[in-house]
Amino acid sequence: MRLFLHQVRTEQLVYWRSREAAVFTFIFPLLLFVLLGSVYSGHIYGVPASQALLAALLAYGCAMVAFAGLSITLVLRREQAILKRLRATPLPPITYVAALLSSTLVVFALETVALFLLGRAVFGTPFPARVGSVALLVVLGAISFAAMGVGLSGLIRSGEGSSAVVNLIVLPMAFLTGAFGPTHHYPRFLRAVGDVLPLKYLVDLSNAVYLHKQSFWSQGTAIGVLLAWGAVGVVVAMFKFRWEPRET
Amino acid sequence: MTAISVRGLRKSYGALEAVRGVDFDIEEGEVFGLLGPNGAGKTTTVEILEGYRSRDAGEVSVLGHDPQRPGRDFRERIGVVLQQAQLWPTLTVRETHAVFAGYYEHPRNVDEVIELVGLAEKRDARVKTLSGGQKRRLDLGVALVGDPDLVFLDEPTTGFDPAARRAAWEMIRSLRELGKTVLLTTHYLDEAEQLADRVAVLREGQIVRIGTPRELTTGDLEVEIRYRRDGEEILLRTSEPTRLLHELTAEAVARGEELERLEVRRPTLEEVYLALVQEDPE
Repeated sequence: MRLFLHQVRTEQLVYWRSREAAVFTFIFPLLLFVLLGSVYSGHIYGVPASQALLAALLAYGCAMVAFAGLSITLVLRREQAILKRLRATPLPPITYVAALLSSTLVVFALETVALFLLGRAVFGTPFPARVGSVALLVVLGAISFAAMGVGLSGLIRSGEGSSAVVNLIVLPMAFLTGAFGPTHHYPRFLRAVGDVLPLKYLVDLSNAVYLHKQSFWSQGTAIGVLLAWGAVGVVVAMFKFRWEPRET
Repeated sequence: MTAISVRGLRKSYGALEAVRGVDFDIEEGEVFGLLGPNGAGKTTTVEILEGYRSRDAGEVSVLGHDPQRPGRDFRERIGVVLQQAQLWPTLTVRETHAVFAGYYEHPRNVDEVIELVGLAEKRDARVKTLSGGQKRRLDLGVALVGDPDLVFLDEPTTGFDPAARRAAWEMIRSLRELGKTVLLTTHYLDEAEQLADRVAVLREGQIVRIGTPRELTTGDLEVEIRYRRDGEEILLRTSEPTRLLHELTAEAVARGEELERLEVRRPTLEEVYLALVQEDPE
């Protein structure tokens, strides 16, 4: 437990100290929220546009922090042999992974709080009616996307290519799944693609919990799909995750 | 007490036999050098002892543990400097040491270690601003902060300028004063000579010579005698230079000739070492 807390503190220190990662994954969703919120007006899904955007960008924030940020971080640490070096210490690998995931959860929780505060201050959006359900969403989203992020890190070969590969996945996914705004006017086949992607279900969950004030537990489909995608991430990680740099 | 014992160690990567039956012992408090050219199997051997790789065959004991099943206690007692590991670029020197100190049950005082590796002035500098030599000292510092009994140093000075090498050597000598057992790999003969109590020379995954640096190169020190006769250079190698030279000069004097450009020299240690790692083992 002492080692776990020590490593969570270490991960937090490293995350906030590295400006590029913090700006890219933490600030970017907040920035997009303000920009899109200033552009869209009127109502979306029968609610003010700023609220719909907040719900959508909450899901996008999860994809950035837990999926994009985590996988790039892991690839870089693997290729720089930081992971290899840590394995020679008494820190058990399982404790390292647990601390990394917990630290990711902390960042995403702070991101969520920042989004609601920013929305309130800039657009007058309300705080969530169901705080418990939003908290469960944050935990499920972080676990599912972090699992996929760890799996993806095992598939990326080089540190230089990692942010390109990750952006190539996250940006189209966000666009297709409604994380940047509604998709009902998209061509049908694009919507069909979006329907199989995990982010779609986090957006749905976010809409249900925040916009429609429904209980987290009433969203069985979204929970099931997110857990299934998380399981895919775990399986890929089991086969592909490596602690050492790829031999050249 | 024996810190490390290795018997019949073998390791292959596919068809490549990286280590082909290696035996050696390292005593507690000894500085032991694994010397050899690139690709001789030094890093593979060390990484097996550090617990990174499994072995194909052989018996290995490191501080009484089998490194193939490295437990907490084993990790508590070893310090590792990898050939090319980086640390978090945005943390400071002191933060990095403190992070590593937190992994151990009984760490040394962080500021003392920073002092020991000569980074006191860089205590609050970010890791990314350090020079290559300073980063290497940081690697050494975080390897020592857990107060290990055994320290692995994999090519600790490769790529250093001469001044940085001298500084690194001083630090490694100070490890001996702390009573640490040190296993060091290098492809520089002078480094092994300067630092190690005993050296094993590795060549194509086998030990071709083991002993003190002096023993290593005196055994087959054949003296070279060169001279010219009728414009042709003649080169003789002998382990009995006095007798051979006496015969040669006696003959020449008897014939009333001069041994043109007569030269007698002992090969340098470097030449002996190169012959050792290049010659056919048969």
